[in-house]
Amino acid sequence: MDHTPAHSRPKKVYFFGTCVVDLFFPGAGLAGIKLLQAAGIDVIFPQGQSCCGQPAYNSGFLDEARTVAWSQIKLFSKDYPVVLPSGSCAGMMKKHYPTLFRGRAEQAEAEDFAARVYELTQFLVDVLDLKLVDLGDPIKITWHPSCHAMREMGVGEQPKSLLRQLSQVELIDLPRERECCGFGGTFAVRQPEVSGAMVTDKIDAIAQTGAETVVSGDCGCLLNIGGALEKAGRPARPKHIAEFLWERTHARR
Amino acid sequence: MPAADFRAAAGPALADPQLRANFRRAMDGLMSKRAAVFADRDEWTALRSLGATIRARSLLQLPDLLERLEAKLTENGVKVHWAETIEQGNAIFKQILSGHDARRLVKGKSMVSEEMGLNHALEAEGIEVVEADLGEYIIQLDHEKPSHIIMPAIHKNKQQIARLFSQKIKDAAYTEDVDHLTGLARRVLRQKFAEADAGVSGVNVAVAETGTLVLVENEGNGRMCTTIPKLHIAVMGLEKVVERLEEVPPVLSLLTRSATAQPITTYVNMISGPRRPGEKDGPQELHLVILDNGRSRVFADPQLRNTLRCIRCGACMNHCPVYTRVGGHAYPGVYPGPIGKILTPQILGMETAGDLPHASSLCNACVEVCPVEIPIASLLVRLRSEAIRPRRQADSGPGVVRGAGSQRDAAETWTWRGWALAYRVPLLYRLTSFLLSRFGWALPQRLPLLKEWTTVRSRPQFAPQTLHELARREKVSNE
Repeated sequence: MDHTPAHSRPKKVYFFGTCVVDLFFPGAGLAGIKLLQAAGIDVIFPQGQSCCGQPAYNSGFLDEARTVAWSQIKLFSKDYPVVLPSGSCAGMMKKHYPTLFRGRAEQAEAEDFAARVYELTQFLVDVLDLKLVDLGDPIKITWHPSCHAMREMGVGEQPKSLLRQLSQVELIDLPRERECCGFGGTFAVRQPEVSGAMVTDKIDAIAQTGAETVVSGDCGCLLNIGGALEKAGRPARPKHIAEFLWERTHARR
Repeated sequence: MPAADFRAAAGPALADPQLRANFRRAMDGLMSKRAAVFADRDEWTALRSLGATIRARSLLQLPDLLERLEAKLTENGVKVHWAETIEQGNAIFKQILSGHDARRLVKGKSMVSEEMGLNHALEAEGIEVVEADLGEYIIQLDHEKPSHIIMPAIHKNKQQIARLFSQKIKDAAYTEDVDHLTGLARRVLRQKFAEADAGVSGVNVAVAETGTLVLVENEGNGRMCTTIPKLHIAVMGLEKVVERLEEVPPVLSLLTRSATAQPITTYVNMISGPRRPGEKDGPQELHLVILDNGRSRVFADPQLRNTLRCIRCGACMNHCPVYTRVGGHAYPGVYPGPIGKILTPQILGMETAGDLPHASSLCNACVEVCPVEIPIASLLVRLRSEAIRPRRQADSGPGVVRGAGSQRDAAETWTWRGWALAYRVPLLYRLTSFLLSRFGWALPQRLPLLKEWTTVRSRPQFAPQTLHELARREKVSNE
């Protein structure tokens, strides 16, 4: 995977919040915006944005995915990086938009857009080289890497390197951390039993770590893991990395 | 064939703790051994890229290579047969065998023969077929299909095999001693090899320039099947060909390391013809059956063609979080795991296996380990789109997936159309998200998707305000 930033430190970035963040984890999105602003970046949040189109794409409804994808591309037309608090939606835009528009009039624009897409922690580390100072109390956490962040965006070490900068945070490795949590969008409801077995194993692994908080960079995973933790009455709580970093470094709880 | 229901088929496996423990343990072992044998990332990347190139290039010239293979094999004294369907393939076998009055067969491991249902077809003619691979022998005794393409009996543990042998093998006392169990099977199989009228084998790679059939194995049963009986019939899918002999080592290195973490298998058989005058062993007659069974149709589509790169190593299933939990028997057809999810719907058709591409979280674990870089996740999405292709586009010409459009459902189609409209028009999205954030809590619990979601999860809580609203409140620039 190519980690070479296409942009040196920019003045402005676009922020694409994603639909799951918009509806379920808006605090994670706002924290992402604030982390960027605190690093001196002007953040643009186009109010017309909605979704990357992945739900329709993964369901095989490619025309519908294309329609929504194109409406997003048009909103992010200036040559600024596009930063997303999600490895999965970033993967959709970076990896699948070029395929979705291949051989069409929109191809060049889709490719230009895709080249500007960054997952948030990737941008914070690879482009901004962000330095953090921990202001919080001691805490034990574990990290859940999302499949698409790892395998589509090539984001592996960046989030962990940010978490390791926090002096009061004990990061405990999650057993079988590279295994999918079972979300998979429509997979969770089309194959609820298999998906349920996967997330059950995942929360058991989280319990093994003894962590109070499971941090991840993808709200789809957090919706899945958090819901399973709650239903099973487990003490661990889900948190998006943007929100976690913002709270630790700005002492707002 | 009736429509296969993966969800229903997975149920018994998910509820069987013994089965799940067997798979988990076996797959964990395979994953860690494979990781160790590909520890040098640069070497892996380079070799994998070479493997992908070899397979892609072979497929690009497939018709030509197959013709050259046939010509060279014929020159070497091998009789080549083409079977478009599994019925034709089985008929060819019957014809060859009846010409030799062959009643007793020993067979090395071959997934294509499983695909053809060869044992069943021959047994119906009164021909005895004995599986000579230990794993295949075990499941044949228990009348099961393989649960893994490399380790067909991986779903069974030692105790289950011990019980099976004591019940099915004559004069076998119950023992859990692995060497003893292997010895029991060996005793039976040695006799079968000696008595067999014909040997059947698969093919891992066929080399066009030399007319060589390459077969890798660890037990020596492949060597026995292909050298002891006076008649040897090999069978392969038409995608197995490569152009040059020098392309074999990298492919085999990727195959054996990905499959069992072995740098090389115990036996590497390279068969280039029947016994020649003066030679001391080998069959007097050698046949190769080349099976299409829908592969030409897969080949006709440049994207779907990548399915045919597969060298059947099984790494995709070893690393699949779905396969690990349900095992191989939940999958329709004979190829389980991720490769099955892309191959089976194309072979059996979407009417039968159209839901199979959805039995994946698209986690890409398979893509990461595939030694020939098959873009499995992208092909799953492509097949999902073929399954719901509008009927008017879904004629049955070449390049169109069999049964395309058969999973199309009006309610689902209109849901996505409505979704696309709401998510494309900013005002509609704003309205939708506003309504969900304020009134989402009132959605009834029995709503189809919510019902499935909440089997092991609490229901998702909509935030009281959307990120759009928070961004406006915080005066984040709009453009």
